Amino acid sequence: MTISVSMTVNGKAASGNVEARTLLVQFLREHMGLTGTHVGCDTSQCGACVVDVDGASAKSCTILAVQAEGAKVTTIEGLAESAEKLHPMQEAFREHHGLQCGFCTPGMVMSAIDLVKRNNYQVTEDIVRHGLEGNICRCTGYHNIVKAIVAGAASMKAAGV
Amino acid sequence: MSNVSKIGDRVHRKEDRRFLTGTGRYVDDLQLSRCTHAHFLRSPHAHARIKGIDTSKAAASAGVVAVFTGKDTADAKVGGLICGWVVKDKHGVPHKAPGHPAIALDTVRHVGDTVAMVIADTAANARDAADKIEVDYEVLPAIVDLTKALSAGAPQVHSDVPGNLCYDWELGDKAAVDAAFAKAAHVTKIDVVNNRLIPNAMEPRAAAAEYDRGTGNYTLHTTSQNPHVTRLVLSAFVLGIPEHKLRVIAPDVGGGFGSKIFIYAEETLCVWAAGKVGRSIKWTADRSESFMTDAHGRDHVTHAEIAMDKDGKFTGFRIDTIANMGAYLSTFATAVPTYLYGTLLAGQYTTPAIHVNVRAAFTHTTPVDAYRGAGRPEATYLVESIVSKAAREIGVDPAELRKRNFIAPTAFPYQTPVALTYDSGNYVPIIDEAMKLSDYAGFGARQSAAKAKGKLRGIGISSYIEACGLAPSAVVGSLGAGVGQWESAQLRFNPTGNVQVLTGSHSHGQGHETTFAQIVSDKLGVPMDQIEVVHGDTSQVPFGMGTYGSRSLAVGGSAIMKAADKIIAKGKKIAAHLMEAAEADIVFENGTFKVSGTDKNVPLAQAVFAAYVPHNYPIDKVEPGMDENAFYDPSNFTYPSGTQICEVEIDPDTGVVEIVHFVAVDDFGNIVNPMVVEGQVHGGIAQGVGQALMEAAAYDNATGQLLSGSYMDYTMPRADDLPSFTLGYKTTPCPHNPLGVKGCGEAGAIAAPAAVMNAVRDALAQVGAQDRIEMPATPQRVWAAINAR
Ligand code: FES
Ligand code: FES
Repeated sequence: MTISVSMTVNGKAASGNVEARTLLVQFLREHMGLTGTHVGCDTSQCGACVVDVDGASAKSCTILAVQAEGAKVTTIEGLAESAEKLHPMQEAFREHHGLQCGFCTPGMVMSAIDLVKRNNYQVTEDIVRHGLEGNICRCTGYHNIVKAIVAGAASMKAAGV
Repeated sequence: MSNVSKIGDRVHRKEDRRFLTGTGRYVDDLQLSRCTHAHFLRSPHAHARIKGIDTSKAAASAGVVAVFTGKDTADAKVGGLICGWVVKDKHGVPHKAPGHPAIALDTVRHVGDTVAMVIADTAANARDAADKIEVDYEVLPAIVDLTKALSAGAPQVHSDVPGNLCYDWELGDKAAVDAAFAKAAHVTKIDVVNNRLIPNAMEPRAAAAEYDRGTGNYTLHTTSQNPHVTRLVLSAFVLGIPEHKLRVIAPDVGGGFGSKIFIYAEETLCVWAAGKVGRSIKWTADRSESFMTDAHGRDHVTHAEIAMDKDGKFTGFRIDTIANMGAYLSTFATAVPTYLYGTLLAGQYTTPAIHVNVRAAFTHTTPVDAYRGAGRPEATYLVESIVSKAAREIGVDPAELRKRNFIAPTAFPYQTPVALTYDSGNYVPIIDEAMKLSDYAGFGARQSAAKAKGKLRGIGISSYIEACGLAPSAVVGSLGAGVGQWESAQLRFNPTGNVQVLTGSHSHGQGHETTFAQIVSDKLGVPMDQIEVVHGDTSQVPFGMGTYGSRSLAVGGSAIMKAADKIIAKGKKIAAHLMEAAEADIVFENGTFKVSGTDKNVPLAQAVFAAYVPHNYPIDKVEPGMDENAFYDPSNFTYPSGTQICEVEIDPDTGVVEIVHFVAVDDFGNIVNPMVVEGQVHGGIAQGVGQALMEAAAYDNATGQLLSGSYMDYTMPRADDLPSFTLGYKTTPCPHNPLGVKGCGEAGAIAAPAAVMNAVRDALAQVGAQDRIEMPATPQRVWAAINAR
């Protein structure tokens, strides 16, 4: 038994037939081929799967695909303006070496952008550290991620995104 | 030339763009055609006899392609998983190596042991079908408590391993140690538990296996730190597929920390079953499986004693350790508590007599193997804990006591009493720098200020040494390693002048695509964007040993240097011909061959082009083409060293430990990319702090159930658990490799547990609770230590 779903993913219409139990992350990865959104756990703890759903960050491992019916979803693949021009937060992660193996990175960047917006572009190290509670990174010790997000907030503000 | 990088530059990483845009390619991202999906049925019991398995309902379940049990793999003569390092006990007898079938035959020995493999059209169907397998278990008593595993009457893990003893190993001169203790002015004793950890690379292990009926070739895409070693083990020991018919690809890999070195049941079975069912098979662990089946780390209990003379000079050190192997021997399990632990027990000190005894025990738990640092964190935690305890007992400042006992910079090469020869180091300037960066002198005032607020402040030092850059093949071979430890490199220039750098080491976060390119750019003057580092595919790169033991740069980078030397040597011959000069007069500078004393020159790219289009070419002297291979086998380990100083504040009402300042000063030899090195140190410290304050793999002693089997129960360090870190460097170049580098991947994790715990103990000493705390120093444990009566 499959159910048809349709939503907007990275600005384009997307639809498919899924099992009722299909998670949004599975729809994105397996049906859409958008494998930038990762799965790092099975208890909704790690944040590797974070995407933007209708303007707020969400753990796509915790939402059924059918719950996103009609939603506007942005994934890590939808952030950069072009191959040459990264989103300011992506650029900040690169500049400050906020990633190593890259596995947590898409979720980190998506959470970071949401965190910056929720805090009205005014973030401190403390706000960032607490705001990242839902994202686990095993490689970086967070030091450079925190630096990147503080810097990324300023460049997002400057770029008006 | 634009875009040329030098060794020592802070170069942004080449690999970042794909990771930041979601276009990395990890194993689970692969979409293979007509792919099936595997699910493994896991034992729910720590120890049980399998009286029967009924797979009929599973086989009939929707979408199922095949169901395999231990009988099927046994009938197909699938070999058991192997341990690749033979440790001989104190009588010269090799360790006990009980069988480790990929699928359990008649007994399961830990929660998560593999009981059956289901292959179906979708992962969900495979999982549904596995739920329908009926297993008739006879539950047996289990032993998970390491302190009791070797006791008489403990449940036996393997019938052919009496008393659960894998080996009883020793190193050092026992008589000399006994003599030192007989004359000691003071003896300090300590008991420590080195808590079991679960590595938790954020990408779960995964495998995707393909079988090509036409050629009979197998391809395994897998989350490996060493794809050639995986191929070798699967070919020669487990599956019997000839090496040239098996291609192993480790694409982008999301962290490893040791856990992806080993050859596990799941990838083995995917390869075997792909041939059997004639279709591609993919498997990705869910996190619960990772907790139960990724090799765990650490897990020692130790009693140690150190003898001092009246001046506080260490005269003897004796250590008695029990190390947990888990239920089966993982690939390099035996080496970790012996050659990677016992040999490091001299630390940075001149202790003349050391004796260590290690007994390795089997228990009904997940196998234990190398995890970031592997043996060296256990050694450092012990040495640095007992040194700080001794300092407190004899009333000497812990920094001062360390300095009194440091090996002098003039003493290198320094032969320790536990087999290693340290090649270089200079420890006093490192600890001095760490004391400066942490304002060690001002600590007393900060402690008083904290006290006035009702808080307990403590400061802790950890001065570590590690042996890494694994390693001289002859040495590791003589100690029982089943493999060599050299590394390979190939510089394959293309006619248009760009170059592929093929390396046998593997990057799963370390940034080799950038740092290895920097080496080539610096050495050959090739712009960074003209260099592509290729790794992780046995069909592309020369046989290599992979990445672990902080070896990639020291060994793999050195191989690249050797290959670059060959390129220069060949290029000189070509350039001499093109410029009609004598080869002896050609010099190579900034990517250009010059006739010394003239302005005649041939850029490397021109020599490369001539080598591929050899119309005007010294064909009698050199072959066409510009493609050079090198293998580098080091003459010694490398010995990074450093000192970390941690300052904590404890709230005695809650037991919460806050790290208020953390300083690390390291000697990694020369540094290729400081930005990447800092990242490695940060990550290592975070894992060390995790061990000290948060992480523990907890088993229920009665049932053998893994209690910390998810992120709800196993505390991973998060951003708000950690401070920012202050780093510093002192450099003594490694004298025996061409880059002068020592390796930086493990240092943070090696030193941090002792730095944190010495700080915690220092804080607790104010209430007399310093000897009542073990890792992880959770709030509950700290509170209990303070309030113990
Ligand atoms: S995969 Fe969604 S939180 Fe871990
Ligand atoms: S970069 Fe590897 S988990 Fe964060």
